[in-house]
Amino acid sequence: MSRTALTFWVLLAAGLAAPFVGYPIFLMKVLCFALFASAFNLLIGFTGLLSFGHAMFFGFAAYVSGHAAKVWGLTPELAILAGTASAAGIGAVTGWLAVRRQGIYFAMVTLALAQMVYFICVQAPFTYAEDGIQSIPRGSLFGVVDLSGDRTMYYLVFAVFMLGLLGIYRIIHSPFGQVLKSIRENEARALSLGYDVDRYKLVAFILSATLAGLAGATKSLAFGLATLTDVSWQMSGEVVLMTLLGGMGTIFGPALGAAIIVTMQNYLSGLGPMVTIIMGATFVACVLLFRRGIVGELEYRLGRKSGG
Amino acid sequence: MDEIFGVPIQAFMGQLMLGLVNGSFYALLSLGLAVIFGMLNIVNFAHGALYMVGAFFAWMLLNYAGINYWMALVLVPLAVGLIGVLIEKFLLQWLQGLDHLYGLLLTFGLALMLEGAFREAYGSSGLPYELPEVFRGAFDLGFMFLPKYRAWVVVAALVVCLLTWYVIEKTKLGAYLRAGTENPNLVKAFGINVPLMVTLTYAFGVGLAGLAGAMAAPIYQVSPLMGSNIIIIVFAVVVIGGMGSILGSIVTGLALGLIEGLSKVFYAEISTTVVFIIMAIVLMVRPAGLFGREK
Amino acid sequence: MKLKTLAAAAALALTPVLGTAQQGKLSGDVVKIGVLTDMSGLYADYGGPGALAAARLAVQDFGGKMFGKNIEVVNADHQNKPDIAKNVTQQWVDRDGVDMTVENLNSSVALAVQALGKEKNKITIVTGAATSRLTNEDCAPGTGIHYLMDTIALGNVVGKAVVKDGGNSWFFLTADYAFGHSLEKDTGEVVKAAGGRVNGAVRHPLGTNDFSSFLLQAQTSGAKVVGLANAGGDTVNSIKAAAEFGITKRQNLAALLMLITDVHAIGLNTAQGLYLTEGWYWDLNPETRAWADKFSKVMNGRKPNSNHASVYSATMHYLKAVQAAGTDDTAAVMKKMRETPINDMFAKNGQLREDGRMVHDMYLFQVKKPSESKGTWDYYNLKGTVKGEDAFQSMAAGKCAAVKK
Repeated sequence: MSRTALTFWVLLAAGLAAPFVGYPIFLMKVLCFALFASAFNLLIGFTGLLSFGHAMFFGFAAYVSGHAAKVWGLTPELAILAGTASAAGIGAVTGWLAVRRQGIYFAMVTLALAQMVYFICVQAPFTYAEDGIQSIPRGSLFGVVDLSGDRTMYYLVFAVFMLGLLGIYRIIHSPFGQVLKSIRENEARALSLGYDVDRYKLVAFILSATLAGLAGATKSLAFGLATLTDVSWQMSGEVVLMTLLGGMGTIFGPALGAAIIVTMQNYLSGLGPMVTIIMGATFVACVLLFRRGIVGELEYRLGRKSGG
Repeated sequence: MDEIFGVPIQAFMGQLMLGLVNGSFYALLSLGLAVIFGMLNIVNFAHGALYMVGAFFAWMLLNYAGINYWMALVLVPLAVGLIGVLIEKFLLQWLQGLDHLYGLLLTFGLALMLEGAFREAYGSSGLPYELPEVFRGAFDLGFMFLPKYRAWVVVAALVVCLLTWYVIEKTKLGAYLRAGTENPNLVKAFGINVPLMVTLTYAFGVGLAGLAGAMAAPIYQVSPLMGSNIIIIVFAVVVIGGMGSILGSIVTGLALGLIEGLSKVFYAEISTTVVFIIMAIVLMVRPAGLFGREK
Repeated sequence: MKLKTLAAAAALALTPVLGTAQQGKLSGDVVKIGVLTDMSGLYADYGGPGALAAARLAVQDFGGKMFGKNIEVVNADHQNKPDIAKNVTQQWVDRDGVDMTVENLNSSVALAVQALGKEKNKITIVTGAATSRLTNEDCAPGTGIHYLMDTIALGNVVGKAVVKDGGNSWFFLTADYAFGHSLEKDTGEVVKAAGGRVNGAVRHPLGTNDFSSFLLQAQTSGAKVVGLANAGGDTVNSIKAAAEFGITKRQNLAALLMLITDVHAIGLNTAQGLYLTEGWYWDLNPETRAWADKFSKVMNGRKPNSNHASVYSATMHYLKAVQAAGTDDTAAVMKKMRETPINDMFAKNGQLREDGRMVHDMYLFQVKKPSESKGTWDYYNLKGTVKGEDAFQSMAAGKCAAVKK
């Protein structure tokens, strides 16, 4: 069995057993961010595009799914779908604007567009600005399975995460994914081979946005809250750090990075602003000394080239 | 009350002036960013944080050492410039030759560290900075109140921007700088110390940010969050103006500040997003930016 | 295991003989109190370290122990983010055995925490947040307590006073979240009921640093009164900016929520003459002065504001109720808290209502002129006392569905 397949099985087993050992609320947070980071990685790790505004997909989907569940009374799976769809929509529009620039400019454009979405969320009545959407009901999955128990909700979140991760794996190992990798390696060459590079980038962008939205939509149901924090630029920065720390361009790296950062934030929360300093320092350290990230470094040492 | 475009003249002129003040800061900051990018090919995310540091230094000088505003205007840019030297020599140096994105990530991390450190030390609500006596009060022009300090800020910022433009575009030093960007090896061959120039350019760029911070302190409440709030707008300004031209950054910064101010008069809800909307439009119509030469 | 049960049984059996205070069943065998507040942001002076100190003083004055076990106080900084607040409170309840949380300033936070308390059946006491929704649409009668002030009382006391003084056209500068909206709405209704007019409003983000453009809009509205529907650092900055822009030359400011710590930050020069209401003031009588001294000894000479005093009073009331009920079971404790009137340095004949509202007297103050003040913290002239029933909305007129039969 390949190393990747083995890791998937181990992850599955660990995930199924986890809520009996750990605190389900915390575990759900890790999973949502792991999916978010993995979705982000699709863009930076496999297409070479740094988006500095991914929180707009995560957060906006959280708002939409929260609104769908609380105000429209949709069942959880429909609410999540609604949120994910909204992220795809935003991804299409912002992606179309952003791919017109490359490299650094692309990053700045995504940051600015995300900030625009943030301010729209501040003003839109349905998001309730600083209060956020509160008391989002979990409802019953398919109208049958009551999700109010934390452990039951955890399994739904875990299922969403695994499906998302498997989806990303399939995308990367498809012909489409190969083209993305070639764009990351050498965009000019891909262009000269006749590929409509901009279109591929846009599709990758939309896929990444959709999956990030899936993470956000699930998160809002799991925690019953959708707030401005979810669409803030700090959130965009955090997901970049998670991916960088875990390993850009690896399958499991971002999830590992997410687990580490979420755990750190949880246990150090009493230290207040120190957490921000530590995150900044981690960024600096990773960029200077540790660019492959944990999983990337592991794969390198074990003789495999990064890219899964 | 007289009206202009269907709006009381006092409101119109007042918001226009406030917009001009904001625009002055956008111009100063995007100028610094453009200078740094031109020379080092690094997008300095820490620019906002260093602006904040500048404001804090001014506050500290006044409250811990009794050093007044005028001295602060000189000392703060030097101090922040010194920090810039350290950052460039010990951190940014190692990123030469790597993908430019790493520069963005590193400076982002720096910005987080600076913001966290000041939040840890001073909390996140703003600290007041006393205006020097000469600036207190306003000129009552009849159709509007023009606070003296804000008028000064606009004038001073314009002077600094024009001086910078002049030095870079019209002097020999500026010529070396521009040549060093185009072809560092050739310039080195002429005996010019290119690494030193790079370091000093970064220091100068962030020094400008520090100066902007010191000038902002009396207006905007010195707070650790002031940098991150402004840097994203400045990024949008830079995308709109394009980072190829110094004059372009100045003009764009001022213009966008004015537009933002005007939007508050006519349709206040859009004021927070108008800069980004304009950026989106420019991207659709002229992707390289209004004055840009994309590298 | 067996030895422990034997020992416990023996202890129980011996208790009447040993003559200790009545035995009690405590969840987790200890009373744990959580103080959730803004430690470092724009509301840090409202609650912050002062609130923690006040809670600790209450525990200390109570004796420090409940049924033989040390009472524990934990605290956290919610940074004005409801998601952090909800996260912390959830962990406190699920994993750390916290029995009651107090302070919870910032209305967004208070709403989230109260909802969580309702879900988990744990007592949540809100002192520093003011939104009237806590005892109306979002009430939680079984677990939620709103102890200090609310936006209806603020509007009733300050709003009425300013209108009576001639301010019959208003423009609101509103903090864009639950508190600001509530305050704007409730005060607006008071103004209109008194025959006045509301010209308009502008919303600003929480924690705004530069109020100039918002104040310009207030200026052009032509209203006689600019109502500041914000608090803490926002109020301080609004008032300072208003002075800078000469707003006060042609219009009056009404600070709808201001505490003594804000006046301290603004300075008497700028703040003099402003009307405000608080539920308590350190210089009212010998009792309040004595407690204020105790507080300032642990807080570097700073005097307490009404929020700090209310945290002390609420914590003490809770602890006494637990002792009287013999348990920290939520229903039993809430019942005792409602049955017992509150008579301490904070309130006289304060009454906890079924909908969670603690009804007590509110005071109308006017900020002293610098010449009238005899020293730091001597800032207020008492202009009137409004009885609790008149300041707060009656339960019958309220919107708490659960208490309407």
